[in-house]
Amino acid sequence: MLKLTQINKLFNEATPDEKIALDQINLKLNPGDFMTVIGSNGAGKSTMLNMISGALTPDFGVIEIANKDVTKLPEYKRSQMIGRVFQDPMAGTAPTMTIEENLAMAYSRNKKRLLRKGVDKKRRELFRESLESLHLNLENRLNAKVGMLSGGERQALSLLMATFTQPDILLLDEHTAALDPSRAELITNLTKELVEQNQLTTLMITHNMQQALDLGNRLIMMDKGQIILEIEAEEKKKLTIPKLMDEFQRIRGEKLNSDKALLSV
Amino acid sequence: MFSAVFGSVEQGIIYAIMALGVYISFRVLDFPDLTVDGSFVTGAGVAATMIILGYHPVLATAVAVIIGFLAGCVTGLLHTKGKINALLAGILMMIALYSINLRIMGLTSENSIGRPNIPLLNAETMFNQFQSFWGSLGIDTAINNFFSMLGVQYLPATWGTLFIMAIIVLLIKLIVDWFLKTEVGLAIRATGDNKKMIRSFSANTDTLIIVGLGFSNALVAFAGALIAQYSKFADIGMGIGMIIIGLASVIIGEAIFGTKTIVRTTFAVISGAIIYRIVLGLALRVDFLDTGDMKLITAVIVIVALILPQYFEKKREKSRKAKRHAERLVEYQHSLTKGGAAVAKTYPD
Repeated sequence: MLKLTQINKLFNEATPDEKIALDQINLKLNPGDFMTVIGSNGAGKSTMLNMISGALTPDFGVIEIANKDVTKLPEYKRSQMIGRVFQDPMAGTAPTMTIEENLAMAYSRNKKRLLRKGVDKKRRELFRESLESLHLNLENRLNAKVGMLSGGERQALSLLMATFTQPDILLLDEHTAALDPSRAELITNLTKELVEQNQLTTLMITHNMQQALDLGNRLIMMDKGQIILEIEAEEKKKLTIPKLMDEFQRIRGEKLNSDKALLSV
Repeated sequence: MFSAVFGSVEQGIIYAIMALGVYISFRVLDFPDLTVDGSFVTGAGVAATMIILGYHPVLATAVAVIIGFLAGCVTGLLHTKGKINALLAGILMMIALYSINLRIMGLTSENSIGRPNIPLLNAETMFNQFQSFWGSLGIDTAINNFFSMLGVQYLPATWGTLFIMAIIVLLIKLIVDWFLKTEVGLAIRATGDNKKMIRSFSANTDTLIIVGLGFSNALVAFAGALIAQYSKFADIGMGIGMIIIGLASVIIGEAIFGTKTIVRTTFAVISGAIIYRIVLGLALRVDFLDTGDMKLITAVIVIVALILPQYFEKKREKSRKAKRHAERLVEYQHSLTKGGAAVAKTYPD
C-alpha cells in the first residue's frame, strides 16, 4: 500500500549546519498494516511523515502509494489518498466554521469540489451518524463552531475527519501528545476503533513507548535518520519496554536516552 | 435632513456591494487586499468608457465585473505563485491599475492615450434607463404623497434608484451567502481559517486564494461601475481610500449586528456600509467640516468603530461578573443564616 525506496533528505545542504534528516529509508506497508514509529527528537520521524504527505520532497528516492509513484505529486493532490492528524489539536480543523462544515470538507476530500451545497439534508444525516460513534455528544452540536470545542473534542473530530473517506494511508503525528492522560486514552481507543473498522493502513508516530507497544501490528525505531529496528507482528506482541531499551543499546552501542521528556515510559 | 439621509442610504447601498467584496478578502480569506483602491476605479472606468463608446449600460457593467475579477486574480497570482507578501501584492496591483485605468479611460479620447476622468452627464446609464420605466409606474408620487402627509419636506425626486439597488444588493447577498456554503466556498473559508488543514483535505489553496480574490474584486468593480453611473462620472481618483471605507463598513456592521452566521454577517456588512454613509453624511452637515475632510472623517469613524466595541465588551463583561458575584454573595450569606448545618454539609470534616 505504501512503499518508500531509498529515501534521502538533507537539510541546510552545503552549509556548516548540514544535517542528514533521512538516510536511505526503505519501508513497505501492506494493506491493513498499523505501524508505530518511535525514536528520540531529531530521529527523522516527522520528516518521514512529511515526505509521505508531500509537505517535503526527498532529494532522491521513490514514494509509492497504492502502486502509484507519487514522489512528484503536490501535497494537495496526494492528500486525496492520505488522511492526517497533527499533534496540535488546533491544526486539523477550521475553528471559525461549524462541525458540519468541517465534516463536509472532509467528505469532499476525494471528490471534485463543485458549486454544490456543502451540507445538505442527506449529508447532515451521515455526519450525525458518524459523530455518534465518538460518544462525545457532538452529533447534537452540528452547528457549533469548532473553535468552541475542547482540545480532546477537536482531536476526536480531526481523527474522524481524517478517516472519513477511508484514505489509503492514515498518518498520525503524535496526535495524543498535546492532551491530558484521560483525553489521550480516549483518542487512543478511538484510533484503534476507527483503524480497525475502516481497515486503514496506518503509520503512527508516538513518544509514548507503551502506546507504541499497545497499538498496531508492526513497530519501527528510528535514530539519526535511519530505521534501526523493525519488529513484526508475533514478535511485537511479546515486546516490553525494557526489551526495547536493551535492543537499542545492542544496536547503537550506547545507552538509549531515556530522558522522560524524549521517550516517556 | 431627510434628503441628506436619503442620499446617504442610496449611496450606502451601492457601496455595500464593495463592502461585501472587502469582507470576502479581509475576513473570509484573511487577505488584506489593497487592490480594491485600483479595481474600484477599473470598474468605474470600464463601465464609463463602454457607455461613452455606445455600448448598452448593462453590458458595460458586466464587462467591468469581469475585468475586476481578472484584476483580483492577478493579485492572487502575485501572492501565491510569485510568493509576494499579501499587502505588497495588493499595493503593487493597485499602482499598476492606476496607469491601466488611465489607459482604459483614454480609449474614449481620440487625441490622448490616457484620460483622468469621463463625465456621463447626458449618457444612458442603468439608472436613468430604469427610472424611465419606474416613472411610468407612478409609485414615486404615491410614496411622496404618503411622506408629505407625515409632514416631511424636501422629498427625493425618485425612489427608483433605491428600489433597484435594494433588489440588486439583496440578490448579491443571496449569491454570496450561497457561494460561501458551497463545497468551493467552504474550502475558500477554510483557506482563510487554517491552510494546513484544508491542504490535508486535498484542496489547492493557491487556486482558492486566486478565485477568492477574483470574486472579491469582481464585486468591488461592480460597485465602481454602479457608482460611476449613479454620480455620472468616472474619475481616476475616485478609488482613493476605498479599502478603508470597505473595512469601516465591515467593522461597523460586525460590531452592531454580530457574526454568528454567514447570513447574518453579510447582512451586517451591508448595514454597516449604509450606516457609514449616514454617519458621514451627517458629519458633513456640520458647519466647519468641508468635503475635503471626508477622508479624515472616515479615519475617525474607523477608529471609533474599532475602539468602541472593545469598550462596550469590557463594560458588559464587568457588569456580568459583578452580577454573578453578587448572586454568589447572597447564596453564601443565605447558607450562613441557615446556621451550622449548611456549613457542615459543605465541609464534612
